[in-house]
Amino acid sequence: MSFNVAKVRQDFPIFERTIRDGKKLVYLDSGATSQKPLSVIEAESNFYKFTNAAVHRGAHQLAEESTDAYEGARLKVAHFLGATVDEIVFTKNATESLNLVAYAMGNAEPGSRFALTSKDRIVVTEMEHHANLIPWQQLAARTGAELNWLEVTPEGRLDLSAINSVITENTKVVALTHQSNVLGTINPLEAITTRAHEVGAVVVLDACQSVPHMPIDVKKLGVDFLAFSGHKVLGPTGVGVLWSCVFEELPPFLFGGSMIETVTMTSATWAPAPRKFEAGVPNMAQAVGLGAALDYLSKIGMQSIFDHEVELTGYLINGLLQIPELSIVGPPNTDARGGSVSFTVGQIHPHDLGQYLDSQGVAVRTGHHCAWPLTRKMGVPATTRASLYLYNDESDCDALFDAITGAQKYFS
Amino acid sequence: MELDGLYQEVILDHYKHPLNKGLSDNFGVQVHHVNPSCGDEITLNMTAADGKISAITWDGVGCSISQASASIASDLLVNKSFAEADAILNEFTELMQSKGTKEGNPEILEDAVALAGVSKFPARIKCALLGWMAFKDAAVRINTTIGRE
Repeated sequence: MSFNVAKVRQDFPIFERTIRDGKKLVYLDSGATSQKPLSVIEAESNFYKFTNAAVHRGAHQLAEESTDAYEGARLKVAHFLGATVDEIVFTKNATESLNLVAYAMGNAEPGSRFALTSKDRIVVTEMEHHANLIPWQQLAARTGAELNWLEVTPEGRLDLSAINSVITENTKVVALTHQSNVLGTINPLEAITTRAHEVGAVVVLDACQSVPHMPIDVKKLGVDFLAFSGHKVLGPTGVGVLWSCVFEELPPFLFGGSMIETVTMTSATWAPAPRKFEAGVPNMAQAVGLGAALDYLSKIGMQSIFDHEVELTGYLINGLLQIPELSIVGPPNTDARGGSVSFTVGQIHPHDLGQYLDSQGVAVRTGHHCAWPLTRKMGVPATTRASLYLYNDESDCDALFDAITGAQKYFS
Repeated sequence: MELDGLYQEVILDHYKHPLNKGLSDNFGVQVHHVNPSCGDEITLNMTAADGKISAITWDGVGCSISQASASIASDLLVNKSFAEADAILNEFTELMQSKGTKEGNPEILEDAVALAGVSKFPARIKCALLGWMAFKDAAVRINTTIGRE
């Protein structure tokens, strides 16, 4: 392994603090948001200290430098994804990225490949985060299109047995997650992109839980849109990314400054992508911070990070399965799954379990994880989720195991 | 441990042996409330007679705090006039918002003072209030219904 966790942790100032009266911080909630290395905090802060000016306007040196920094960050994102710069749009978060696609499709000219009518179909999956479900529910409601979905098996995998009857000739868009934020399941994209493209549909991928944890080459994924958030990939909050290879055909979503080519009192034309989708002064410092985060990850190597997490996920799952009355909600092995592991512990409600774990310094998430239809389908009112990242190691998992055992005694 | 201030014995007792849990067949009004951040749910039936709350039954899923608090509320607010119940509810809401600075008046709140520790855990206040907010909603609705009759 080309990195060691103790060394990585030294780069993250937050691990210097303690939790609940001097306990070690055991951070197992990176699925919600990641911690930040000092280089990211400094990149964002230094932008404000030394470079701050509105990008793409202003006839002065600061404006020039801020534009370079912002566009430099775009180039870093492009390299990270194996894309080109004009395929990268900065948004405020992944939720906005996904809404951008849904709203822009709603703005498409009748007859274009993106325009939806009551004869068309939108396909999602049962394991979507609300951010990749509700925008499509709403688009369906606005256009009269039918919303359909691929179901989830009891083990937490996508059921592709009905793929041809779900993704039909009328399907215009298939939106799905790359890796479930609840189950950890990594979805098999090839079967889905192949079928979607066969019927002329575009594929929108929610990659929030995959981009931070594995090497991504958008050219190999075969999707048409990919969204991820900056704050889950060691970057700041307030910045997300939307990648697409079909931006040129898509109309804009937000209108205003920066995104135009010409404007009269009664009409306007649009700048080419990505500018067409970035109305207003953008989140410059946050984009620069995201660039620093991707530099940090690239230096360690995404394959090394992925390998580390798969190994640690195996350790986590094996340890959890030793605990009496504990059930994993999702695949109970490391086949095609990432480091988000949800579980229930006997009759202890996840919120109570989470509270006890917190008293031991262990930070997890509890509830339905913004995927309410999925938790319902899995037959549980809520779960507890431990999610791993590059700064976690076996000792974090051990602390979780001990704390769960402690909670079982406390609530018995 | 600070956690013991949250999980008082009284709370765990109510959680394990909830009062008035199980919905009555007859009721004046029924409300359903959810806590969207964690998925906790409660259904509450209320019946009123002669200006008093004559019966409260409820059912729900949720954490020990939400379930115990609903149990305590259902026991405390039954057989009270709407004005009395309102005063108790206000006292409880104030306690929940006190960030640990109040202990609660046991003469008014009885078992509900055991929930005082919740006010130190901001994320749990909504859990403790779920049953009480369902009660408040039911009281408003039942009075609207009575007003129409």
